[in-house]
Amino acid sequence: MALKTKALATLFRRSFAHGVHPNDHKVLTAELPVQRMPFVGRYVLPLNQHLGVPAKPVVMPGQRVHRGQRIAEPAAFVSTSLHSPVTGWVRAIGRRRAPGGQFSQAIEIEADPYATQRLDVEHLPSWRSLSPDEFVSVLQDSGIVGLGGAALPAHVKYSLREGVRIKYLIANGAECEPYLTNDHRVMVERTDALLRGIEILQTRLGAEETIIGIERNKPDAIESLRRRIRSGQSIRVEPLRVKYPQGDSKMMIKSLLGIEVPAGLHAADLGIIMNNVSTIAAIADWLDSGMPYIDRMVTVSGPGVERPSNLVVPLGTPVREVLRFCGGLSPDTREVIMGGPMMGTPIASLDAPVIKSSSGILAFTAAETARPREYPCIRCGRCVEACPYFLNPSRLARLAKARMYEEMKRIQVTECVECGSCTYSCPSGIPIVQLIRTAKRALRSHKRGGS
Amino acid sequence: MSAKDPRLLVRPAPLLKQSLTTSMAMRDVVLALAPATLAGIWLFGLGALLVLSASIAGCLLTEWAFSPPDERRAKMRDGSGFITGLLLGLTLPPGLPMWMAFLGGVVAIGLGKLIWGGLGYNLFNPALVGRAFLLGTFPVAMTSWSVRSDVTSFFDVPGSILAFPFMHPGYDGVSAATPLGLMKFQDQSTPLWDLVIGNTGGSIGETSGLLLILGGVFLLVRRDLDWRIPASTLLATAVFSLVLFLVDAERFPGPLFSIFSGGLLLGAIYMATDPVTSPMTPWGAWIFGIGVGLLVVLIRVFGGFPEGVMYAILLMNAATPLIDRYLQPRVFGKGIKTE
Repeated sequence: MALKTKALATLFRRSFAHGVHPNDHKVLTAELPVQRMPFVGRYVLPLNQHLGVPAKPVVMPGQRVHRGQRIAEPAAFVSTSLHSPVTGWVRAIGRRRAPGGQFSQAIEIEADPYATQRLDVEHLPSWRSLSPDEFVSVLQDSGIVGLGGAALPAHVKYSLREGVRIKYLIANGAECEPYLTNDHRVMVERTDALLRGIEILQTRLGAEETIIGIERNKPDAIESLRRRIRSGQSIRVEPLRVKYPQGDSKMMIKSLLGIEVPAGLHAADLGIIMNNVSTIAAIADWLDSGMPYIDRMVTVSGPGVERPSNLVVPLGTPVREVLRFCGGLSPDTREVIMGGPMMGTPIASLDAPVIKSSSGILAFTAAETARPREYPCIRCGRCVEACPYFLNPSRLARLAKARMYEEMKRIQVTECVECGSCTYSCPSGIPIVQLIRTAKRALRSHKRGGS
Repeated sequence: MSAKDPRLLVRPAPLLKQSLTTSMAMRDVVLALAPATLAGIWLFGLGALLVLSASIAGCLLTEWAFSPPDERRAKMRDGSGFITGLLLGLTLPPGLPMWMAFLGGVVAIGLGKLIWGGLGYNLFNPALVGRAFLLGTFPVAMTSWSVRSDVTSFFDVPGSILAFPFMHPGYDGVSAATPLGLMKFQDQSTPLWDLVIGNTGGSIGETSGLLLILGGVFLLVRRDLDWRIPASTLLATAVFSLVLFLVDAERFPGPLFSIFSGGLLLGAIYMATDPVTSPMTPWGAWIFGIGVGLLVVLIRVFGGFPEGVMYAILLMNAATPLIDRYLQPRVFGKGIKTE
C-alpha cells in the first residue's frame, strides 16, 4: 500500500503542470538502428547554424580541405567553429538559401569522389589539465551546439560567472517532440559515449550529481543507461511522464527537481546545468578523440517518407539526397519539416542543407497538413490549460490581433517560449503562438529602435 | 527546386494540430442534451417537440438572415445557433405558443449574440437572453405549466401551442405548478425521486435531473466541460440552502431539493458552462459558480419568482470580464523569492 502511494506520488511529481499530449508517432523509427548516410557530391554549410554571431570563414574558394578541417572560426564569444564534413574543395563562399528560406553566407564544398574520407583528428590536450577558460575555448573549437533545438554554442553554458557553484548536471533525454528518435538512438546505441561525456562534464563542473531525464516512452534507453552506470557514479536516470514540452529546460527542472526557475534567471544561477544527451555524447567525442561536430544524427520520418530511418548525416547534405537515400517522398507529400513538428521549420525547397539543428526531416501528407477553418475564439480555455508557462494565450491572441503589444507585455508575453501547445490545442484553429511570435518580434524591434 | 518536387507548404510551427474542433465540441453538447430532450418530449407530448422546433428555427433563421452570404454555410455548421435554440427551447414551458418560442429564438440570437459581434463576443448567454425577453414580455404564458394527463395523449397538442401570433392563447391543457412554485406559494414539497426522474411539472428540459447529470458526465469524459463551474455552482447552492435550512427547516427547502428542482441542473451543467460567457481561468470558474449558487438561493427564497437560475447566470455573466481580469493564473517563474 505504502509502496503504491509512493509510486503514485512519483508519477505526479515527475512532471510539470499543463502541457499537451500529441500522439508521438515514434514507433516509426524508435527501433531502427542508426545508419550512415553515404557521401554525396556537394555540401552547403551556412555560417549561422548556431545562435549568436555567424562564424568567419578561414578558407578560400578553390582551396582543398579535408574532412574535419576547420573552415570557419568563431567571430565572437557567442559563436562557434565550423568544420568540413568531407574531403574535397571549397567551391564558393557566398549567399545560399538556409533551411529557414532566408539567404545567408555559406561555404559550398565539393566532395572529392576519390578521397578516402578518413577523419584525421588532431590531438587535444587532456581535458583534465585545462584551466576553466581553456576548457571553454577548447569546447568552442569543437563546433558543438546545443542539439536540443536552440543551437546555442555548447561552450557558452560552461563559462560560469564568478562564484557560481554547479550542483546538478542534467542530461536532457526527454525528446518530447513527436516523431523524433535521434536522442533515443543515441541513448541506446551510444550509451557509453553519453556516460563518458557525463563523467567529463561532472568532473569539470564539480557537480554533485547528474540526473538523466527520459520520457517513459523510451524504456530501452532507460534500461540501457541504468545497466551501464557504475556503482560509484552519482548518476541517476529518472523516467518522466510523456508530455509536451517535457524537454523545455525549465519544465524539465520542475519535473526533476521540483524547482521553478524564476523568470529572468538561468538554470545556472540555481546551480544547474542542462545539456541535451546528444550534445553530451558529442562533447565526449571531441574531448576524448578530437572529433569535431561534422555529422548530425537525423530522424527521417513521417507518412510521406518511403523508408523512415535514423541516419548519421554529414552537415551540409541537401535534404533531397537524404530523402532519396530513404526511398524518396511519396507523391502526396505536402510539407517537409526540418526539426520536430511542434517547433521545427517547414522547408520551401528540398535543396536546403542539413544543419547542426536539423534533428529531424519529416514529410507530412494531406492528412497531417489539413487544417479546419478558423473560427472565432469561444474562450473555451483549452489553451490556458495547455500553456506550461501559465500565460493566457487566448487573451494574448486577442490582443495581438488588435496589435495591443504593450498590453501583451504587461501580461508577460515575454515569458512565452513559443512551444506551440496553445495552437496545437485550439479547437477554433486560431494560430495563437504565431500571433504571439509576431507580437514578440514587434516588441523586440520597437525596443531596439527606441534605445 | 526541380519540376518533379512536390509543391511544399511553408508556414510557421507548430505543424501538428489536435483533431478536436469547435463544431465537434458543439456536437458533443447536443448529444449530451439528447436524453434529457427526448425525456422532455416523452413527458410533455408532441407539443414539446413543436416548441423546441420553433425556438431552434427562430435561432437558425436569424443567424442565417444576418450573416454575410459567403459565411452562411460555416455559420450554420458550427452548431452554436442550434445549441442556443435547443437550450432556449428546453427552458420554455411545454405549452408555450410556438410563435413565442420562435420570437424568443430571434431575440436570443439577434440581441444575445449577433449585436455583440457574433460567436465568441457576447457577454450574456444568448439562450438566457431569449428566455429573459420572453419572461418579461409574456409572463403569463411563460409561467403556465401544462402537463400530459396520461400516456394516450402523446399526440394531443395543447391548443395554446398553435395559437395565432399576438392573439390570446387560451390555456386549455391540464396545468400544474412546478415543484419550486409549489414550494414557494403552497409550502408543498415534491418527493425527491420524482425530481430525479423528471415526473414533475416544469420546463421541457429541466425536469429530469438524472438524464441531465448523465449528459454532464458524458461532457466531462469528453473534456468539453470545465467541471469547476457545475461543481462550484451545485456545491454553493447546496451550502447556502443548507444554511437557510438549518436556520428554519419549516420555511426553507433542503439542499437536495434545491439542487434537483427547477432549472438548476440544466443551468449549472449546460448554461453556466457556456465558455464564451464564463471565466476562463480555474479560480475564476470557482468564483463564478459560487456567485451563481448564491444568487440562485437568494432569488428563489426572497424573490418574486419561484425560480432564479436564469437571472443568477445572467448576472454572473456580467461579472465575467471583471473576474477574468483579476484572476489570472500566476505566470511560471514569476513572483518567486530568490535567495
